[in-house]
Amino acid sequence: MKHAVLFLACVAGFVRGEEAADTAPVPPEMVRVEGGKYLPMFGDRDQSRQVAPYLLDRRPVTNADYLEFVRGHPKWRRSRASRLFVAENYLGHWAGDLEPGPGAPADAPVVLVSWFAARAYLKACGKRLPTEDEWEFAARADATRADATGDPAFLARILTWYGKPNPPVLPAANTAEADFRGVAGMHGLVWEWVRDFNNQMVTGAARNDASLDRSLFCAGGAVNATDAANYAAFMRYAFRSSLEGNFTVTNLGFRGARDLAPPTTP
Amino acid sequence: MKATTPILSALTLAWLVPATLAQGGAPATAPSEAADAPLRGEEVAVLTDAPAVPPPITRDHPTRVKVELEVTEVVKRMADGVDYTFWTFGGSVPGKFIRVRQNDEVDFTLKNHPSSKMPHNIDLHAVTGPGGGAKATFTAPGHQTSFSFKAINPGLYIYHCATAPVGMHIANGMYGLILVEPKEGLPPVDKEFYVVQGDFYTTGKYGEPGLQGFDMEKALQEIPDYVVFNGSVGSMTGENALAASQGDTVRLFVGNGGPNLVSSFHVIGEIFDRVYYEGGTKVQENVQTTLIPAGGSAICEFKLETNGDFILVDHSIFRAFNKGALGILNASGDPDLAVFSGQKKDEVYLPEGGAVQAIPSDSKPAAAAATKEERIAAGKIVYGANCAACHMPNGVGVPAAFPPLAESDYLNEDVDRAIDVVLHGLQGEVTVNGDTFNSIMPQLGLNDEATANVLTYIYSEWDNKGVEVTSEQVAKVRAAKQ
Repeated sequence: MKHAVLFLACVAGFVRGEEAADTAPVPPEMVRVEGGKYLPMFGDRDQSRQVAPYLLDRRPVTNADYLEFVRGHPKWRRSRASRLFVAENYLGHWAGDLEPGPGAPADAPVVLVSWFAARAYLKACGKRLPTEDEWEFAARADATRADATGDPAFLARILTWYGKPNPPVLPAANTAEADFRGVAGMHGLVWEWVRDFNNQMVTGAARNDASLDRSLFCAGGAVNATDAANYAAFMRYAFRSSLEGNFTVTNLGFRGARDLAPPTTP
Repeated sequence: MKATTPILSALTLAWLVPATLAQGGAPATAPSEAADAPLRGEEVAVLTDAPAVPPPITRDHPTRVKVELEVTEVVKRMADGVDYTFWTFGGSVPGKFIRVRQNDEVDFTLKNHPSSKMPHNIDLHAVTGPGGGAKATFTAPGHQTSFSFKAINPGLYIYHCATAPVGMHIANGMYGLILVEPKEGLPPVDKEFYVVQGDFYTTGKYGEPGLQGFDMEKALQEIPDYVVFNGSVGSMTGENALAASQGDTVRLFVGNGGPNLVSSFHVIGEIFDRVYYEGGTKVQENVQTTLIPAGGSAICEFKLETNGDFILVDHSIFRAFNKGALGILNASGDPDLAVFSGQKKDEVYLPEGGAVQAIPSDSKPAAAAATKEERIAAGKIVYGANCAACHMPNGVGVPAAFPPLAESDYLNEDVDRAIDVVLHGLQGEVTVNGDTFNSIMPQLGLNDEATANVLTYIYSEWDNKGVEVTSEQVAKVRAAKQ
């Protein structure tokens, strides 16, 4: 509770978290995403899924946000974080434990953070990671449409970004293009963690499920896909499936989500 | 990483001897070797960028080979003024050439550079095992993975990235060749080169300047803007041409990364003496063009009997001349004229035969010209009908084929010779205004009057010396020749 004061970026969420309900006001840094039916990239072709309404951060978590977090939570500082939960290069682009430095501008998205670290950050805010369905549902939107994925130009724009190498220093999170809801940077900024990032890998009891091969390698990648021409979505699913929970990657950040109902432990 | 030590080699050699003897009766030069022949020592594979090839393997035993490939996403030149973001195995397209020996065990490490945006992996067609290593090497940016495989089957194999969507990873240049050299080795040659064809799909048309993005629609339609060897237009032309010498035996390790097109690989001016078609063990001899499937290869061998430029093309020929699939192998040295003479002659083709021909004369007597002006006017008509096609209406001729009549030293220095040429034709070398011509001019079959008229016209035009030629002069030259 003491940390919440220091933890400015989360204040609104944290304070209101306990009383959040379907009618509760939406914190200023978040938007309400009305749920709906959507057809995921992988899974049963004729089985669309229902996504319940949820709140989603307007932008990815920045270095400044994360700095506040590690100030209040020393065990997540670069030098102290357990190697069980973060890889060696955790916050590797920062100048020091409490110094983001020139490689990590305050308003740029924080990257090189693991899934565990992202989860800890969001828990401290009373938020959680969006699920893959929630993230993908919101990511279909552009500036005017809730679902622009039928527009080849929309997909081509995303694909162009995926095809470019990372810039040495990331731009500010709030400069990214926003969709009609005001959610910025879903495309064209950084990859983002989702709660169930390894969804595609663990489809059965065994981690080395046979569907892994069918899903994501070579031409087999098209077998289970609902839209084999949606290369942009392929890219994201392939990217996520290359990860493990303690991985830290130079262009992988995250943003928070929240249920409309009071948050549960993420 | 530990280098092979001599002591280790000696020990393992001594230990291997009984096993070799036990196989019995194998010729000393190519001892038969079981697939489970024990490994001796270990080494780090030499990796090269195209067109270089690692040195032949001289070992007579399998070993443990370490191969490390680093995946990077880099902006590089596709053509002059055109850049593209290539995804590479080792920094360029094609990826590094890997050379191992049959029965070697390969410890393979794939490193994905932290600056990469994408996860990547590698499917080596030389690998026996699910995914060819793809599953075992699925690697997030900033990570590295490793696996081992035994190189069971000799041959020349493509490797490529197989991360979904695989087409885009290949279309961005993620392919290369791995040679599993047969245990008896490949016959020695003087020069080996590494060439891989690939098709590219850019947002802009061929040659459109600037950094070009990947165009998925064109890739789906299989309509590439670029079809190139070794990752760019001009990768093997000009100062980058492959260099060899006359008399060299040459081996080309050729792959086709695709993603879509099948290559009709051909070297203009050479015949492949031997082709290990599809990169396998069988050899076809005396091949003009060999088909290389996407995700396949061929080994082409030939001897450079004579010197000159030999052009590597995809003989699906618009690709060569309009999309970049062209390279040059330059053989230095002296021409072997018995093999190839070069151009000996460029002659006017006369369907009637090679000698000076007579154009049938129309025997109608022409009205005699009364004045020089009438002679010039009549001569102009004769010129237009008989001479202008070759010497051109303005008398300038055609360089290297038909001599000029304008300001012509040859014409002006000897009027009788000019009359003789018009009457009898001309064959053989002449020098006109400093240029040498070697053609045939036919006999024109003009009568004396027409000959006099046309020559008077010619002398009066184009800064020539303006003399009048009379029919009497023509008659005299005609009589002198007979």
